[in-house]
Amino acid sequence: MYRYDEYDHTLVLERVAQYRDQLQRNLAGELSDDEFRPLRLQNGLYIQRHAPMLRVAIPYGMLSSMQLRKLSDIGRRYDRGYGHFSTRQNMQFNWPKLEDTGDILAELATVEMHAIQTSGNCIRNITTDPFAGVAPDEIVDPRPYCEVLRQWSTFHPEFAFLPRKFKIAVSGTLEDRAVTYAHDVGLQLYRDEKGDVLARVIVGGGMGRTPILGSVIHEALPWQHLPTYLDAVLRVYNRYGRRDNAYKARIKILVKAIGAEAFARQVDEEWQLERDGIATVTQAELDRARAAFTDPEAPVLPETDAGFDAKLASDPAFARWVSRCVRGHKRPGYRAVTLSLKPTGIAPGDISCEQMDALADLADRYGFGELRVSHEQNVVLADVALADLYELWLGARAHGLATPNIGLLTDIICCPGGDFCSLANAKSIPIAQAIQEAFENLDYLYDVGDLELNISGCMNSCGHHHVGHIGILGVDKTGSEWYQVSIGGSQGNRTSLGDVIGPSFAAEEVPGVIKKLVETYVEQRTPEERFIDTVRRLGMAPFKASVYGESTKKAEVTHG
Amino acid sequence: MAELIRGTEVVADDWTWVRLPESQEPVRKSAGKVVLFKLTGEKAASDDVISACDIPAGKVLLPLSVWLRRRDELATRADDGEIGVWLDSHEEPAELAESLGGNLNRLPLIGVNFPKFIDGRGYSIAFILRTRFGYRNELRALGDVLRDQMFFFHRCGFDAYLLRADQKAERCIGALKDFTAPYQTSTDGQPPVFRRRAAPGADA
Ligand code: HEM
Ligand code: SF4
Repeated sequence: MYRYDEYDHTLVLERVAQYRDQLQRNLAGELSDDEFRPLRLQNGLYIQRHAPMLRVAIPYGMLSSMQLRKLSDIGRRYDRGYGHFSTRQNMQFNWPKLEDTGDILAELATVEMHAIQTSGNCIRNITTDPFAGVAPDEIVDPRPYCEVLRQWSTFHPEFAFLPRKFKIAVSGTLEDRAVTYAHDVGLQLYRDEKGDVLARVIVGGGMGRTPILGSVIHEALPWQHLPTYLDAVLRVYNRYGRRDNAYKARIKILVKAIGAEAFARQVDEEWQLERDGIATVTQAELDRARAAFTDPEAPVLPETDAGFDAKLASDPAFARWVSRCVRGHKRPGYRAVTLSLKPTGIAPGDISCEQMDALADLADRYGFGELRVSHEQNVVLADVALADLYELWLGARAHGLATPNIGLLTDIICCPGGDFCSLANAKSIPIAQAIQEAFENLDYLYDVGDLELNISGCMNSCGHHHVGHIGILGVDKTGSEWYQVSIGGSQGNRTSLGDVIGPSFAAEEVPGVIKKLVETYVEQRTPEERFIDTVRRLGMAPFKASVYGESTKKAEVTHG
Repeated sequence: MAELIRGTEVVADDWTWVRLPESQEPVRKSAGKVVLFKLTGEKAASDDVISACDIPAGKVLLPLSVWLRRRDELATRADDGEIGVWLDSHEEPAELAESLGGNLNRLPLIGVNFPKFIDGRGYSIAFILRTRFGYRNELRALGDVLRDQMFFFHRCGFDAYLLRADQKAERCIGALKDFTAPYQTSTDGQPPVFRRRAAPGADA
């Protein structure tokens, strides 16, 4: 894991001092709320429905057990005993006091953490694959490149006040697990025939009220040029992105307006100014970053483990958990484990301080003290020996961290919605819980299989409903809460945006609607098909008919 | 009174900053040189307003539009070093460069206006003036110039700051040093941290 050197430490401490001073001036009435707002946002501090919300950066999702213990400590002392993992690999505290935020940042600095640029119209925390470095299908470990870009983007003097927020995701695998097509910039790392690392640069994706998949503007950018090329992308955006309307200010609108080709040409022209200049990354720096992400000093293990095989055969509950929560690893004898933060009855992504401590202990015991946070709002232990899986499972289960539902319908991605967020049209957490309750039967859930369900409380799409196999969106109809349902969205290599099935529903109708969609799939599927495959093959019609009744079906037939 | 900082000193301002009255005509601005379309509907001054603009004696900092339209009548004063030009956040440095035959250093002073501090276009304009056009003389931040942005102004190439009237100069000068070793390079010539890390004697 990347460790701070003196430069990193100094910078973060100077930030704490700077922020304390800003907060002080605000509390003293010297800095108006309007002027403090953009400054505190760049430090992760929102003022929302009940209290301030503080968003802590977990750069590219990597967390040490020591850092997690500190988050737990902060949750206990400054919050109500829990935290929330967001869909962008950050942790949010929902109940800190404004006056305490300076102290919280100072606490974070002691474990090499901060809240820099986790909000505001600037370059945000860079996200990547939670299985980076261990995935069997990995071509390039994205983390050293993420670290180089973290440094490039932190307090970038030219891009602190962009038209809108700017999110970058990096992937280095065959199967894209970082949603690179739905980010302002997505970077897909791969190798040429000589083995040199290149980046495919995708620009202008995003969700929000105008969901758009990004366009490739550079097919093969050598890694050395990432900072200078991204400077050029951001300079064009900074100067020409719209600033008159916040809903049209993302880079996707600019790229769409002038066309991806024209945008690419302009970036290229801008790039010539800095190309091969002093900001070009050196091999020495890449090597330094790489050295921070070496494999743990782990013993070499055989392919199989007899004890593990025996438990698998004798304990069906364990076997079930393994089938959903444990995945392959590039080294023999090891597995990557996802611990679910989606048990029924708990807001997706919420984690209590007791659970954080327990997780930190499990990571120390079985995972080399390292954890990752996934954008699906779960936690990953990336290097677990086969022989340790059973004990890990017992330990996780004792703390409610072993719900065997990874990738299943109840592994819901959900934004905080109306319970916490002042922008919400509707609540989202109670909807997630009602759906989880409606699908409590594990056998049925397993039979249904892989299904991604995403919920957002409004068009800002924090819950990524556009790319859910089933997406649920809170809408406001004359002051009451309604929900629009879409199907057919997907992340990964075949990223697609879902289509709305029809008129929206009241909250209590939603679980029933999801049930009908799922029943239709179960009736119509071929043996190999996942929900999304059946939707792709059959289209909307049978699903729509099952939800809205025969009348719609007939109407559609007569309309051709 | 708005104070002027040059480098790290408070100095008397010997320039008159000339501004045009607010106009209501939106400009259709191009997204670079490629395609014309309306991006932000910035306001532009009409010909009448430009010709009616009173240009006082002494050193004057003029709006780009006035300079472009009236530079013949200003030629001698420009040669005497009495003319500076300021750009608004939506204006093109290239237009100014073109009007000077590519040599921005014929001007002793260029200003860049920040209509609101959250409008970050001026940072890129400064970067472009300093790098692409090699401008070396005074580059002054105008408008919503506040303490919390001083560090960024300086890094992007500004060396003079006309503070908003409510700002305390000494605090703003202090803020130029908010951070000792920024990660990335900019026009200030600081190499990125990684090149310093690699330098002999630096920490590994
Ligand atoms: C509770 C207070 C929150 C507020 C006020 C808030 C506000 C917003 C707003 C206004 C946007 C839309 C920006 C745009 O599209 O231009 C947005 C997007 C987003 N938010 Fe939140 N959010 C909150 C919490 C969260 C949480 C808890 C998560 C993670 C679970 C989250 C994840 C995201 C993501 C991933 C997007 C990006 C969608 C995209 O790429 O367009 N937000 N948020
Ligand atoms: S999607 Fe809307 S309701 Fe949900 S967190 Fe984002 S802004 Fe709030």
